[in-house]
Amino acid sequence: MAENPIIRLEDIHKIYTLGLTQVHALRGITLTIERGEYVAIMGPSGSGKSTLMNIIGCLDVPTRGRYFLNGHDVSQLNDDELARIRNKEIGFVFQTFNLLPRTTALHNVELPLIYNGLPGSRRREKARQALEKVGLGDRMHHKPNELSGGQRQRVAIARALVNDPSIILADEPTGNLDSKTGEEIMEIFDHLHAQGNTIILVTHEDFIARHAHKIIHLRDGKIEDIEEMSQSVEEKR
Amino acid sequence: MFFWARVLEYLRFAWDALMANKIRAFLTTLGILIGVAAIIFIFTLIQGINKYVEGEFANLGSTTVYVSKFPWVITGNYFELRNRPPITIREYRALERYATYPRWMTPVFESMRTIEYRSKTLESVYVVGCNEQYTETHNTETELGRWFTASEVRSARPVCIIGQSVKEELFGKENPLGKRIKINGFPYKVIGVLEKKGSFFGFNMDNQTIIPYTTFRGYTFNRRSITIALKVENPDDLEPMKDEVRGILRRVRKLSPRESDNFAINQQDMLTDFYRKLTGTSFLVVIIIATISLVVGGIGIMNIMLVSVTERTREIGIRKAVGATRKQIMFHFITESLAISLVGGFLGVVIGILAAQVPLKYMHLESGVSVGTVLIGFFFAAAVGFISGLYPAYKAARLNPIDALRYE
Ligand SMILES: Nc1ncnc2c1ncn2[C@@H]1O[C@H](COP(=O)(O)OP(=O)(O)OP(=O)(O)O)[C@@H](O)[C@H]1O
Ligand SMILES: [Mg+2]
Repeated sequence: MAENPIIRLEDIHKIYTLGLTQVHALRGITLTIERGEYVAIMGPSGSGKSTLMNIIGCLDVPTRGRYFLNGHDVSQLNDDELARIRNKEIGFVFQTFNLLPRTTALHNVELPLIYNGLPGSRRREKARQALEKVGLGDRMHHKPNELSGGQRQRVAIARALVNDPSIILADEPTGNLDSKTGEEIMEIFDHLHAQGNTIILVTHEDFIARHAHKIIHLRDGKIEDIEEMSQSVEEKR
Repeated sequence: MFFWARVLEYLRFAWDALMANKIRAFLTTLGILIGVAAIIFIFTLIQGINKYVEGEFANLGSTTVYVSKFPWVITGNYFELRNRPPITIREYRALERYATYPRWMTPVFESMRTIEYRSKTLESVYVVGCNEQYTETHNTETELGRWFTASEVRSARPVCIIGQSVKEELFGKENPLGKRIKINGFPYKVIGVLEKKGSFFGFNMDNQTIIPYTTFRGYTFNRRSITIALKVENPDDLEPMKDEVRGILRRVRKLSPRESDNFAINQQDMLTDFYRKLTGTSFLVVIIIATISLVVGGIGIMNIMLVSVTERTREIGIRKAVGATRKQIMFHFITESLAISLVGGFLGVVIGILAAQVPLKYMHLESGVSVGTVLIGFFFAAAVGFISGLYPAYKAARLNPIDALRYE
């Protein structure tokens, strides 16, 4: 028996109901992503990229269709079961960083481990390692407002990978950064991928998407095209 | 171990909220503060008074009755009571002759008088005229010297037993025994000093002097009512004695069967009953006030917690996104709500105890702060905090992570 793909989506639909009107954000997405892949999702604004990411990240559930994560059907799980999966299997990086404002970088990174119940010393050690991995070993005790945008995003990445998740998801991680800082952030993702992590990111920028091995083009809630990259940026180097 | 990892985070969450809104938290907790302070105040006060009063009432003796014009606890028409004839020495004599149950009995004359010793003068000393059995009926002893004897009473010897305050004021360190003092101008020899009594509701019980009633000026035609104290040896004799005393007095006063008693037979338990009723009533009043402020305080906390949930919507989204479960989010807000109410509870306990010291000090009573009282204060605060935190916490826990993260 072949190993299960890490992600398998079968005819995923997402319909938002706003009063009388319905928004059909996803219209039948079928997709398989293997362990260790590096995938970019592109598409015009409103095409359903974030909606898809949120479903993959277990932040939301599909209206219809099935989602297998590591071979387990997670499309019908309840709130707490999804929370546990978000905690253990998924690291999410947001465009707007989403860090707790009043606490230090270290504590922000510790957060998933706290809800996981990991005791103090082990927890701090893991959080420190994660911060060092993203090059912020010297900023651990800074609060978000004492950090630059790029540094904040690195804290968010450290938080995403601290619990050794199966996948790292990033919805426009460079969207709020200038291109030079964006490039630095992408280097971190490249590095994480090289270490064996599965990465899915959403972007508008072609040069960001070029870091991935596969580009999924969305339009009107459907997959328009899947572009296999012959050679990614990191391998060109 | 797993649990404690999160408890710290819950506390930190609550601490952040308190620190970010110190004034708001304080104002919110005022209702709890007032409610708890009221409860603690009355508990501490009543405990302080209880400790003293129970001892004091016990001194009156449960086997002694006091015949007097007025009942100790007046429930009927005061004007009817005022028209009653006074209790006189004649009635004491009748009881002395006919009553068989009392083992000890004494008339008690009371008045405020001036006492002099050499150049020193004491105004308003409480002077009691009685016989030698007063020491039994009133459970009192001399600390120095001796009590007067039956024959000294019979022969109206001018001797006296002084209270501790009288001794200190007039004699200082001097030995008072055998010294002559003047009570309202008449000379008396000091033969004893009473043991220390302390004060009773602000009245200094040591500022008194006891003399044989036969030397009490004008005792035979005293128009002011006296008290007759009667005591049985065996508690079982108490009720028969009361019946007997009542029968003798009604006969002496020639009351027809239709007429009701025009005298009162008082007993310690009347006071304890009255005292219990009094404290019970003030208890009830304070409990009502406390309940109202706790309810109002609880509503205030719930309101501010709903605001807090709204303010922290994004934070809830972040926490849920990294894996906080509903229960964990609930614990965060319950902790915050408990923290707010416990701050009020703590201040309420402190303020309640301090406030109770004022009346206690005024009554010369020592305060009895018990662990139980403090726990009650914290219990009420915690209960209110918990209950009013439940709904906001539930609301927070139910938030959809995506909606919460998108909240501006
Ligand atoms: N919570 C919601 N309620 C109603 N409609 C929604 C909601 N979230 C998204 N939509 C709608 O679903 C569609 C897809 O939105 P989505 O955010 O996935 O687009 P996107 O591809 O991420 O766009 P962008 O590039 O601008 O971020 C849009 O038409 C949007 O208006
Ligand atoms: Mg989007």
